[in-house]
Amino acid sequence: MRLRVRFVKLGKVRWTSHRDVARMWERAFRRVRLPVAYTGGFSPRPKVSFGLALPTGCESLAEYLDVELASDLDGPVEALVPRLSAALPTGVDATAVGALEAGAGSLQELVTSCTWTVELPGAGLGDAGRLVREVLDAGALVVTRERKGRPVTDDLRPAVVSLTVAGTTPAGAVLEAELETQPRGVRPGELLAALEPSIELGLVRRTHQWIERDGARWEPLPPQATDAPHAEARAS
Amino acid sequence: MVAVSEPFTLARQRPESRRPSTTLLRKLMTSLWPRIEPLLAQVQKPARYIGCEDGAQVPAHAPGKVAWLLVYPDAYEVGLPNQGLQILYEILNERGDALAERSYAPWVDMERLMRHRGIPLFSVDAHRPASDFDVLGFGISAELVYTNVLNCIDLAGVPVRAAERGPEHPLVVAGGHCAFNPEPLADFVDAFVIGDGEEVVGDMTEVIRGWKASGRTAGSREAVLRELAQVTGVYVPSLYDVEYDGPFLRAVVPRYADVPEVVEKRTIADLADWPYPKRQLVPLTEVVHDRLNVEIFRGCTRGCRFCQAGMITRPVRERPADQVRTMVTDGLRRTGYDEVSLTSLSSADFSGIDGVVAGIINEPANCGQVSLSLPSLRVDAFTVGIATEIQKVRRTGLTFAPEAGTWRLRQVINKLIREEDLYGAVESAYSQGWRRVKLYFMTGLPTETDEDTLGIARLARRCVEIGRRHTRGASVTASVGGFVPKPHTPFQWFGQNGVPELLRKVNLLRDDLRRERAVQLRWHDPKATLAEGIASRGDRRIGAVIEEVWRRGGTFQEWTEHFDLSLWEDAMASRGLSVEWYVTRHRRDDEVLPWDHVRAGLHRDFLWQDWQDALREHGIPDCRWTPCYDCGVCTGYGIEHVVASPTPPAGGSQGTGQDLSRGDAVPVTLLPVGGRA
Repeated sequence: MRLRVRFVKLGKVRWTSHRDVARMWERAFRRVRLPVAYTGGFSPRPKVSFGLALPTGCESLAEYLDVELASDLDGPVEALVPRLSAALPTGVDATAVGALEAGAGSLQELVTSCTWTVELPGAGLGDAGRLVREVLDAGALVVTRERKGRPVTDDLRPAVVSLTVAGTTPAGAVLEAELETQPRGVRPGELLAALEPSIELGLVRRTHQWIERDGARWEPLPPQATDAPHAEARAS
Repeated sequence: MVAVSEPFTLARQRPESRRPSTTLLRKLMTSLWPRIEPLLAQVQKPARYIGCEDGAQVPAHAPGKVAWLLVYPDAYEVGLPNQGLQILYEILNERGDALAERSYAPWVDMERLMRHRGIPLFSVDAHRPASDFDVLGFGISAELVYTNVLNCIDLAGVPVRAAERGPEHPLVVAGGHCAFNPEPLADFVDAFVIGDGEEVVGDMTEVIRGWKASGRTAGSREAVLRELAQVTGVYVPSLYDVEYDGPFLRAVVPRYADVPEVVEKRTIADLADWPYPKRQLVPLTEVVHDRLNVEIFRGCTRGCRFCQAGMITRPVRERPADQVRTMVTDGLRRTGYDEVSLTSLSSADFSGIDGVVAGIINEPANCGQVSLSLPSLRVDAFTVGIATEIQKVRRTGLTFAPEAGTWRLRQVINKLIREEDLYGAVESAYSQGWRRVKLYFMTGLPTETDEDTLGIARLARRCVEIGRRHTRGASVTASVGGFVPKPHTPFQWFGQNGVPELLRKVNLLRDDLRRERAVQLRWHDPKATLAEGIASRGDRRIGAVIEEVWRRGGTFQEWTEHFDLSLWEDAMASRGLSVEWYVTRHRRDDEVLPWDHVRAGLHRDFLWQDWQDALREHGIPDCRWTPCYDCGVCTGYGIEHVVASPTPPAGGSQGTGQDLSRGDAVPVTLLPVGGRA
């Protein structure tokens, strides 16, 4: 039996890394005595797989993981949501749990784009609007990064599904961006830095992960009672 | 006397950022978090600074509560697991008249930003500035962190020299094993805690509470320190004058009649009364020893002559086996860890260790996924039984510490492990599926010859041969560290090997093992060994050296990438101090040692006799299981060993050549079987 869990990462805990979050979950599963399946061999590891890594320092309303169980659960899977949250550090909370059908693909393969909000400290709505137009008007946004010791160039512009000014907070204007994750996950920070290398970002938060196929679009877990209010109806 | 401190012209940072406005911060009593958080995107491992561990407390500050900021002067990932700090954190927070928060040395990138923005040292629990606290309490377990202690004091907005502090500054307190030679830090620390901290922090809190209630008036600092000096186990260095006779010490004498001439260590009589930590901190980010740790006994009487911990923590006090089981089961359930370490100075010596190990591994409540590590395993107590149990879930690394390459030299250092013991243990390990075994050795030991040094290579090769009977890929990692003589040990009189001699010995081994692919040789940098030697047996004059190394940027000296011996050599030279005199010189019998006025209970006569026995290659047995040889601790303090069994767990001779199978006439307190009354 495989379960998919949606969770949030908010507040101080956003400064922990993707690996740190994986360890938090392993401890939480043991604390609630979830019968997690383990790999064999010299050093057995729990069979847990995470989706796209969230950069250290970002918040998220839409993180996911898949966990394989060695035996079926007694009782409804939804009951796990509060138990897991209680076993997790402050700021990391489960918001939904669902059972996966056999043969369901992995999060890494399935997710095609993510929606982010990005705070621009000190920026007015006008500044934010100009930035958005510059990105959308750019024919290409080429970045060079090091990969396995070699420089690799990428054009980030095709990964921008949408970019808008979402509003403003006391800290400054907020952008909303939907960025593709295939062939690689583009992060909002690197997108904006490609345009303005010295740009200073405030709080960056992932709000959704999307699976899009054949014109239909949905989230890795369907909305349900325990879910966060942001989840949208399955588009199929 | 003490060298006059220079004006702060060599300040490492701009003066205006060095002293944050403490009065303003005190008034606001606000968390520094809004100023800290914007820095985190610019530093490595930002999770070092967020706190939020499971088990962390955010205590309420109040005028009637003494606020302790417990500081581990090293990086978060090294300091967080420190059990001493966690124990005191809980004990203080349980008191109605005290509270404790924690802090760790900010890494160099964070320090730079903090100094630039005028952010002082802060607690990770509530992100309060250090100036919100009445006491800065340092836990010091290694000499090379001394410069970090100064850096943390400075970052706290407190003058590094105790003499320059006023009533507005917190008291600077330090404990831990290094406090047994407090002199190198005497100019910077207001009061040292010698020995176990569990009880003494309460006594100190009561004294400091009075100081706080009195409003910390002018001159009150001297008075509260004088009062603290009356507490057993507390040493206030400013109340003692040091008299010199050329380079030698003549005496360290109290300046007042009510200040003790000799400071005796504190010892808790029974570990069962202190089942701490009850809520071990579970960090959110990776740290060293990231697992549940349960202390199964304190103290060790194996009598290894190089081992300071074994000398200063006597007598042996075992935790009752039932309490160990409860602490393990509750701790695993609460933390979600899948690994537990049973900690002590020699874990296999715990009475009934086989049963405890099997109980933990096979306990259904532990979910069958718990791996166990036993640090400081003695080879003469490592049996196939233990090997079988601990490899059931996951084979953790297996390390044995023969310490020296020949039986002759092991008799000198009193690590009475016979070669057969080592081979038996290694055979057990390989036969149970391990493919790599780590061996720890020291070089530069008293009387060591090249034959002894090369004995390390011979033992490592032999272990590989044994391993190959069980697995083709058998290998051995041999780690070699340079020996640093420590205070309160029989080797405190021995002149440490210098850098060239240690390098020569390491090279002997490298040449000998060059073609041995199954033996991986690792060695500790002899230069770091030398710097450790300067601080280890230093006197009060070394304080100026530590201060200069710090002022020139020498922090994190136990980290290879930051260690710089030239800073230490230059500082010694500039103070007219000789490295040879402090490090490589043999001390004489009649010499006053810098720590003679601090007592761990061991008679100086006993230590000297043991040093002479060492030179004659005589070993002495473990007094837990054989008659008392009166080292001075139990008799002097009126305490006894607390052990559950009068015979060694693995039976046999334990390398002593004596029949230890019968335990009568052994001066131990026997715990009732199956628990305590």
